[in-house]
Amino acid sequence: MALFPTCMGDLLAPEMVEHAVAALRCCGLQVEPVRGATCCGQPAFNAGFHAQARRVARVTLRAFAQTTGPIVVPAGSCAAMMIRHWPELFAGDRDAALARVVAARIVEFTQVLARHLEVLEGHDLRWPGIVGYHDSCHMLRELRLGAEPRAVLGCVRELELVPLASADRCCGFGGTFSVRYPEVSVAMADSKLDDARAAELEALVSADPGCLMQLGGRAERTGGGLRVLHVATLLHEAGLR
Amino acid sequence: MSADPLTSSTFAQRARVQLAKPFVRQAVPRATDNAVKDLHARFAHHDYDGLRELGREIRSRTIAELDVYLDRFATALTANGVQVHWAADAAEARGHIQRICREAGATRVVKVKSMATEEIALNPALQADGLEVTETDLGEYVVQLDGDTPSHIIAPIIHKTRGEIRESLSRVAGRELADDASELTGFARERLRDAFMDADVGISGANFGVAESGTVVLVTNEGNGRMCTSMPRVHISLMGIERVIPDLDDLAVMLPLITGAGTGQLITSYVSMLSGPRREGEPDGPESMHVVLLDNGRRALLGTEFQDVLHCIRCGACQNVCPVYRQVGGHAYGWVYGGPIGAVLTPLFRGQAAGGELPHASSLCGACDDICPVKIPLHDLLLRLRRQREDVGEAPRGERMAANLWAWAWSSPWRYRVLTRVAGNGVRVIAAAGLVGRLGPLARWSRGRTLPLPARRPFSRRQDRDA
Repeated sequence: MALFPTCMGDLLAPEMVEHAVAALRCCGLQVEPVRGATCCGQPAFNAGFHAQARRVARVTLRAFAQTTGPIVVPAGSCAAMMIRHWPELFAGDRDAALARVVAARIVEFTQVLARHLEVLEGHDLRWPGIVGYHDSCHMLRELRLGAEPRAVLGCVRELELVPLASADRCCGFGGTFSVRYPEVSVAMADSKLDDARAAELEALVSADPGCLMQLGGRAERTGGGLRVLHVATLLHEAGLR
Repeated sequence: MSADPLTSSTFAQRARVQLAKPFVRQAVPRATDNAVKDLHARFAHHDYDGLRELGREIRSRTIAELDVYLDRFATALTANGVQVHWAADAAEARGHIQRICREAGATRVVKVKSMATEEIALNPALQADGLEVTETDLGEYVVQLDGDTPSHIIAPIIHKTRGEIRESLSRVAGRELADDASELTGFARERLRDAFMDADVGISGANFGVAESGTVVLVTNEGNGRMCTSMPRVHISLMGIERVIPDLDDLAVMLPLITGAGTGQLITSYVSMLSGPRREGEPDGPESMHVVLLDNGRRALLGTEFQDVLHCIRCGACQNVCPVYRQVGGHAYGWVYGGPIGAVLTPLFRGQAAGGELPHASSLCGACDDICPVKIPLHDLLLRLRRQREDVGEAPRGERMAANLWAWAWSSPWRYRVLTRVAGNGVRVIAAAGLVGRLGPLARWSRGRTLPLPARRPFSRRQDRDA
């Protein structure tokens, strides 16, 4: 299968992408990073600039067309953009048919791992501590993926996954929203982090680099030692290498 | 008239004002969380999603043939002895209501909480005519005493503390009222009782208009709706044209949806079904009843990609689940409707030039889609409005230039690699020099958050080495 690091993963979280690749390989999957892809186009699409979004997404779409099999994405929101919005973005375009075919090949990272839970169980993964899972809005509401990442975390021994009342409430990232309205965005992150701290979490885990940048950046600024991790990184620390 | 907040300030400015009010940030989340909790609890043994699907189907079928049902509604109202008035815009609607009051020789008006009357800014117009207007919903009464505006569709004073409410009521009472809910409501009840008795005209909105029977339906919990529509000589109902539903069977679906989604009740304390003025031999009810049917930008949405917003039944549930609304409350949105539905309605009713910023005041989390009792795709509508803003040339030039530059840089793998490397080095230098706080988006990010530095070796370059 192919793996798309996403621009955020590529530029800001390359270790996380390496952890994701390693995790998939540990499940016995052949993984090849896609070459020549840049971004799914979401920043411009969500800002209302469809022509610009299409211009960038086309490069990625055509790079994907050179691959076969599933295309794994370790970023819930980017996966949702391609699966849910590419067909709309390219509607009436010369690449419309290609966009529909390729969109159907996209799978989110934990969705793939959740099909190999027995293999994960067999790896004797250990990560002692209390962990909460934060749902990426687009991953949960556009792809309905909430059980999968939790099932994956359930394979890690000594990890206590506690349910957060606000698990599915937005972290306040929202792409350009985070810099358009920084005060509101930060207030939203605080409400989330307050819940995480009240639950005495060691780590708040998610499967979306956008949420992680937001929550991680705020957690670091406010101190207190709460770690904010991608599922792939937690699996790496738990011994899946 | 005071300045229009929507055009005289930005969402960011208004949000900052609200964020600085500690009570708004405590009370709004608490109240909205409770409403959502109540909704889920109440429907725990009912098929809420199944009911939502029925509701969506009813609303979409009705709006698709809006004129058919409006004709039927108007015909049935007329047959019931109700006078029907059509209003193309807010000014015309105000004109109808002002004329009816004048012709009735009215001096005192009582009102049931109605967002439609807020939309047309009715109260100032009536007061300018010398009428004494009293809001009779407890929350709206306090809003009126304070010269404030409602900040939530269902809970107008969600942004006020009990202490603030006590102060406002004490001012009217001319004595210190105790900080006790029953004393406060008791005082308001006494005052409002007099207003009901003295009023010449009662003005309400309409939660639904049933086409088949010519019935205006009102849901309230305080009984003020019943008083306003039965005590005064004249009853005027102002109804958005989209609030029509075909028949009473449909009402059986829509009623639990609006009360459930709105206040977490399977039914409200009062449901008034008003099908005409007092008939011969009836002991109470108004001598005349009027329905003013308000367009004000609604009809123009028919047949457009925004038609689904006409399905809205104004329950406020999308405000309750909105993570942005819960931080900033309704006033930050700058017009009558706040939260996700306000971010959609405002640019549609007021135009992209005035309201085009609001669809961006959302993190696009989609929680509103999942709670909406009639399944309006608010998330998609927000995205379409963002696109429309660019299509009609209202997007800020700087944003378009940034999007163009970004698209040029990232639409070639080669440019992407080289330029992100250059930019990454640049950001690291800027960060090392402590200058991040001076650079546009970087500064706005780092105001409350640590800036993640671009990796020295992105994933793609690590792959080159492996290959």
